[in-house]
Amino acid sequence: MSAEQQQHAEQQQTRSEVLAKGALAVGSLYGAAMVGPYVSRALAMSGGGDVGILNFALTLEYLEAKFYEEAKSRAKPSGELKRLLDLIASDEQQHVEALAATVKQLGGKPVMEPQFKFDYSGTAGFLKLAQTLEDTGVSAYNGAAPMIKSKEVLAAAGGIVQVEARHAAAIRLQNKEEPAPVAFDPPLDEKQVLKAVEPFIV
Amino acid sequence: MAEIKQLKDPVSRRRFLAVGGGSTALAAVLAACGDDSGTTSSTSASMGGGGASETAEFGKGDVGILNYALTLEYLETAFYADVVKSGLFKGAELETIRKFGREEAEHVQALTAAVKQLGGKPAAEPKAEFPLESAKSVLELAGTVENLGAAAYLGQAGNIKSPEVLASALAIHSVEGRHAAVLNTLLGESITPDGAFAKPADVKTVLKSVEPFLVG
Repeated sequence: MSAEQQQHAEQQQTRSEVLAKGALAVGSLYGAAMVGPYVSRALAMSGGGDVGILNFALTLEYLEAKFYEEAKSRAKPSGELKRLLDLIASDEQQHVEALAATVKQLGGKPVMEPQFKFDYSGTAGFLKLAQTLEDTGVSAYNGAAPMIKSKEVLAAAGGIVQVEARHAAAIRLQNKEEPAPVAFDPPLDEKQVLKAVEPFIV
Repeated sequence: MAEIKQLKDPVSRRRFLAVGGGSTALAAVLAACGDDSGTTSSTSASMGGGGASETAEFGKGDVGILNYALTLEYLETAFYADVVKSGLFKGAELETIRKFGREEAEHVQALTAAVKQLGGKPAAEPKAEFPLESAKSVLELAGTVENLGAAAYLGQAGNIKSPEVLASALAIHSVEGRHAAVLNTLLGESITPDGAFAKPADVKTVLKSVEPFLVG
């Protein structure tokens, strides 16, 4: 092996170690410290734990459901995009219903739907915001899921996040962006997710 | 759950086991699968299927699950590499295939490193051959593989003990979901074949589906 090849091989090995460490390190448990006031209220109402996580997810699904429902008219979709919007809107609404039902099943109280305001105009503006919301949703679920205690709740969250990832890829394709830009979808903690979505909560 | 399309001349299980011996993890798991009827429906009812024992042939606990995932990622990487070499694709589609192949290769690297970090022995790269008859049949196979891969990760999520390993698996799982949606789009199919909630697949279903591509 030449010196150059050797160096390349070592870099690849180091990179893969970093990838693994990065993925594993990033997966360490996130605390609930320093979440924003809205989520704090939701967590206080729900009592934390799996119910708290489900309510956090429910808040995001309310946001997405409202966003896509409005988009049916505001985004002026046609053809393929219209069909995609109808599909995604239906999925998000089903997520809302399933999460609220699961919270109740666990003896908790589902958070109320917040008021939202989405600042965009036209199809391009919609697609840009949709991409952000879908990518954020994937990362929010990936960040919260390792804290879930119940296997059933984890299975439900897993079934939802995969669909959000599918949505994200499809929206990115519409945007002529890379549908799977990185090999590992990063997790975000609650604080980071809130920072991303608070602008839309009235 | 993605449909598993029938393939011409699949390597028969008996032939595979005779050539491969009982020594590989894959051979051992396939030997344990009693059903030879070729049914491919996934048993998705229970959360994560049979628990950690499902992946025991790949190693204990989280190492077993990671090695199972590693085996699938090896197959995906090999598949995409073969597809690139086949010359069946050009332009934007070829770029997508290249990109997905690079990402699967990153998954291989990360999972290999993760197994070692946990003190385990990474699974060996399986030998595989894929039918590459036409661009259409390759896209169909890619769609099957990606949808199955995503379902495989989902099927194991509940079995993983370590939150760090779970976080890593989820970070890969969602990317496989992205891949699947893209392939489904290229095939003119729904981005969500299972609807609003993706369905998990158990180890038996997944391994039976990849068995036709394994060569002794």
